[in-house]
Order: sequence, then structure tokens, then C-alpha cells
Amino acid sequence: MCDLSVKPLLQRVRCRSNRIVVESTNSGWMTASGVAEAPDHINLQGGQVLSGLNVVVCMKQVPDTTEVKIDPETKTLVREGVPSIINPFDTYAIEEGIRIRERLGGKVTILSMGPPQVKESLKEAIAMGADDAVLLSDRAFAGSDTLATSYTLAEGIRKLGGVDLIICGKQAIDGDTAQVGPGIAEHLDIPHITYVRRIVELCPGYIRVERMVEGGYEVVETGLPALITVVKEINEPRLPSMKGLMRARRQEITVWTAQDLEVDPERIGLRGSPTEVIRVFTPEVRASGEMLQGDVQEQVQALVERLLKAGVL
Amino acid sequence: MAEISVKREECVGCEACVAACPFGAIAMEDGCATIDLDRCNFCGACVSECPYEAILLVKEEKQEARQAARGVWVFAEQREGAFSTVVFELLGEGRKLADALGDPLCAVAIGHRLQDHVHILFEYGADVVYLADHPELEHFRDDAYTCVFVDLVNQYRPEVCIFGATSTGRSLAPRIAARLKTGLTADCTGLEIQKEERLLIQTRPAFGGNIMATIHCRYRRPQMATVRPRVMKKAEPVPGRRGELVRYELDPSRMAVRTRVLQFVREEVETVNLEDADIIVSGGRGLGDPKNFKYIQDLARAMGAAVGASRAAVDAGWIPYSHQVGQTGKTVSPKVYVACGISGAIQHLAGMSSSDIIVAINRDPDAPIFKVCTYGVVGDLFQVVPALTEEINKAKRG
Repeated sequence: MCDLSVKPLLQRVRCRSNRIVVESTNSGWMTASGVAEAPDHINLQGGQVLSGLNVVVCMKQVPDTTEVKIDPETKTLVREGVPSIINPFDTYAIEEGIRIRERLGGKVTILSMGPPQVKESLKEAIAMGADDAVLLSDRAFAGSDTLATSYTLAEGIRKLGGVDLIICGKQAIDGDTAQVGPGIAEHLDIPHITYVRRIVELCPGYIRVERMVEGGYEVVETGLPALITVVKEINEPRLPSMKGLMRARRQEITVWTAQDLEVDPERIGLRGSPTEVIRVFTPEVRASGEMLQGDVQEQVQALVERLLKAGVL
Repeated sequence: MAEISVKREECVGCEACVAACPFGAIAMEDGCATIDLDRCNFCGACVSECPYEAILLVKEEKQEARQAARGVWVFAEQREGAFSTVVFELLGEGRKLADALGDPLCAVAIGHRLQDHVHILFEYGADVVYLADHPELEHFRDDAYTCVFVDLVNQYRPEVCIFGATSTGRSLAPRIAARLKTGLTADCTGLEIQKEERLLIQTRPAFGGNIMATIHCRYRRPQMATVRPRVMKKAEPVPGRRGELVRYELDPSRMAVRTRVLQFVREEVETVNLEDADIIVSGGRGLGDPKNFKYIQDLARAMGAAVGASRAAVDAGWIPYSHQVGQTGKTVSPKVYVACGISGAIQHLAGMSSSDIIVAINRDPDAPIFKVCTYGVVGDLFQVVPALTEEINKAKRG
């Protein structure tokens, strides 16, 4: 197995002769200055040599929260008939992985953890253009919090071996934690960069990105292997192609259990999760507001009066 | 592995558990609840909801890994010596938690040339400030900051560590928690102390704000949380208040820093940050055209507000993504949120419904935004917004 942690990291790999500058904008990949020579060869598990980057995209299947409704009588969540979808942020991660493969060559593998039904979403990712998909599925994983989930996914990535770049969505729309990506990076002892809105430069051993922060963005660089989490601005995900759908139908999804991963049983599932949910409840519905009456001028005056009274102007 | 089962003889088929389950894992079969173990997350929401005690949840005893821990720590996030607003909110909330525990309130400041700035942390209530000051720490970098914070935790053993749920806090805290192998709860909107067991009781929204979950971390220390900005009340400063300053001596050779910040580029120059704004004026699909954002900008200027936008306006390319409010954009909770021409899809509401006052301006009286608004104006935004701008300018002139 290739040990992720021993690749040189701190040194600035600047990829001279084979330097590839990839510009990703809203309209897609733009320029590639000096793209002539093939990128470095990367040793994969078992001595196999492959040009390009070995990318893993972590994906979560989530209930479509936009379809979640509150029962007006019981004030509880109605989940019946709510479809399961690929976490929307992960579709940007999948798209970015596919674009990198298209540009630099290599391989994109989608990794997920969850019940067997997640295979459907993995097939969707393959239909978009991913090469392969692996599902970590075992009852022993149930009840995992973000610490146990990131440990388990990290072990899956370790088993895949020889990974250059891991891409995650910014967060999942059901839990909204944004904790699993950085957690995976820590378990693998590799650097991570969150809230990436653009990959400015990428070549074997090196990545430079724009990271969204309050009030602007940062330009950050690091060596590979590394993990990035991406925001919506990075690209526009494609729809599955006909050919992709055909391929997805045929493709078997690899499933790894706790035993396959040789994980520490103390660190997975409920047992490996330090946080416990002790109560789940529906938030108080906001009291219905005041509809201002009259013509435009009267409405506007009434509004300003109320805002002044509240002391917020 | 945990086990959960329904005692068939106790279940009366009332379906209370079906509604309570946040994972949609319970269905009725032959008048009795059945649990789909592939979906179940063993959270126990159904157990507490069942009036007949018909659901049995057996969790394995976790190993007790608790050590003596003391102190409430606040991560004092800063850029170029200016502490983020959320730090003062964390100090306000941290004070309450520290008093409930009978522990000191401590701030952890990591950066460069902070010496002249840390006094403000004492004034806002910190009893102790741990200061790591070094050129290597000038910019926020996960590797370096994690290394320093973890070292401090291992040395001083805090009970509770809280961070702002900012782009920095939400990047750093999960890395620290994973290294310490402890629990971390994201984006909390409520914190309390359960005194008997010294537990931090953390409440947070999930499922896009559709449900709230209360979480604790019983067996590991420190208990860690990120806290949504602008939800907690700022501490009241006491000028001249002092405390104990503890310096952390950095040994850069021990620290593998693998990322480098090359540049910080400031955007949104015309107005304030969405995250820091007291008032936000947002425009949506109802604007119809990118040039109509000037109405929003005019109103924002009059109110001293930041400009936000709905997903529809961003997707149409009218305004950059950094302005987007909602589930796939930013979560904000200003004092006043003015939604102009925004229908109020559930994804948008998820990003702004914790605002204090919500003003909705929309032509469609049935728009869902009116269900959450404090004040609603049904009308043409092209008339209402300029009139409102004018009226506010008039009020300001007195």
C-alpha cells in the first residue's frame, strides 16, 4: 500500500518543463499555457505507472432537504417520499475531478460511506464521467459522527492507495457540518484547503487555489497529496451523458466492509463517535409578521417608523 | 454495535416515532413500528418520543477517556491584529459557560505582532490569554495553527473550546478535533452547561434549518464547538481590565507547515462584508435585470447595509457568488434583512431565517417569504425600494 504521508510536501514543486497551468473559470477550462509535455509519472500501488493525477472525490447521499416538509399539525419533519440525491456540493467536487482527469489524464474515483442504496448515487457519478466508485458499507459504520466518518473514509482512501488529490464538497446539506473534509486530511496527515472557488494551477506534486474567505479570497498553495473542499462557484456540473448512463448500468460498484478496511473497531460507528445526539426537535416557527397596509408611501413610512422604533437604523 | 428494536407487544401504532425520526427510518407495518436499520443513525429521537416506551435502544458503553479538565477556551481569530467580531461574541457566551462551570475564561491568540492587541481580550472578559506570536504564524494556516492549539490543549487541558463558525474556524476546528480524537459540533446556535457532569449542551440547526439537534460529548475532552456568528451576545468590555498572559514559545522546527498563503484579495469593496453586516439588503429574481441591482445598492447605501442576493440572481450572473445568501451560499443573521423580489425558497430561508427583523418586499402576496417576515410589503419593488431609500434618507437628515 502506498503510504500517503511520506510524499515530500513542504518543498515547492514548481514543475518546470512539464508545468501545466490550468485555468478554471465559470465557463470551464480556459487556457493551458505551456502544456506540451506529459506530466510526471506517478507510482501507483503495485508498481503500475500512470500519467496524470489520481483523484478521489468523496460523496455523500443525502435526502433532498428542499423536499423536506414540516407537518403543520405535529410540527415534525415529514420525510416520506423524500428522494435521495447526491449532496449538491459534492456534484461540484465530482465535476472538478472529471475536469482534472480530462485535462491532465489520470483517474477519478468516487468514494462514499453509507447503506447499499448509495450505489445508485455512485452510479450517477459514474454516468457523469467518473472512472470508478467504491462504497464503504457496513452496519458497524452506522451512527458515525464526523470524527468516525472522516476516519473511515480516510481508511478507504488509504486502501485505494497512491492518491494525489482528494476533493470534497464544502459541506453536506443534511448535516451542514463541513467537518468531514478537514477530518479526512488530518487522519491521512496531508494538508487541506477549504472553500476553494478556483484551481489556479495544478500539476503533479503541486496545487494553487483561490480560497473564499470573509471579505475576499486568498491565494493558497500546497504540495500534493492534499485535500480540498470546493464551493459552488468552482464550476457548473454536467448532466450524465447517454454513454455514461450505459456505462454506469454495467459497472459494478466495489463495496468494502469494516473487515475489508481493517479499521479499528473502537473508532468506527457509534462506538467511535464522541458526540451524541440527545434530542431532535422542530424549531419554533417564527410568529407571522405584520403586513403593512396602504399605498406605497404609507407602507414605506410605516416600515421606516417601525425600524426607527426598533433602533436599527 | 448499537442495537435498536421495537417491542411489538408495547407498540400501539400511534406513529409518534415515525414523525420524530430525522432520518425517515421508521415505517408502520401491520400497525407496528418497524425500523430500517440501513437508515437508522441510533440517535434515540424516537425513544424519547414514544409515549409507551416501546422502543429499546442499547448503546455500548463507551470507554471512559475523561481526564481532569478545566477552563473555557475561546479561539481569538484575527487578521492583521484585528480580532473578528465573533471573538467578542464567543467571549460573551464563554463567560456564561465559565461561570456555570466555575472555571476561568481563556482566549487563545495565534498570529504575529499581536502583543499590542491582546489587552482587548482581557477587557472583553478573558482571565487568561495564551499568546503564540511568531512570523511563521502571521497568516492563518491550518497546519501551523493546529499544531500550536493542540500543544496548548495537551499542556493545559481545557474543558471546553469554542471557535467562530467562520471560514477559519470551520477549517481549523475539525482538524484540531480529529487530532485530539474528540467531538466537535458545528455551527451551534445555543450552548448551555449541565453542571452535574460538566457537560456542554450544544444545540444546532440541521437539514437546512428544518430541525434542531441537541448534542453532547460525554467521554472525550475538550468538548469542542463552532458557534454561528452574530447569534451570541457580545461581551461588555471593561476598560483597563487585566488578566494573565501566558506566552507559547514556538519551535518552528517541530512544525510541518505545508500550505502557503500567497495573497489576500479584498472584494466587495463598495459595501460591508455580508458576514459582519448589521443590515443586509438582498435582491432576487424579481429584479429582472442585472442593472436593476442599483436599486438594491442605493437602498443598501442609505441603510449602511451589505448587498446580498438569492441563488436565482447569482445563477443568472447578475452578481458574484460571494453575495449569495442561502443553503449553497452564506448563512447570515443580521439585525435587519431586507428581501427584495425574493420569493423565499426553503434554501434561501435556510441562510437568513435567524435574522432579527426580516422585511419582505414582493409583488406576489402568496410568496413564502411573507411567512417568515417581520414586516411585509406587497407591491412592485421598483416603486417600493426607491421610495424606501428616499424615506430613509429623509429620516437620516432628521
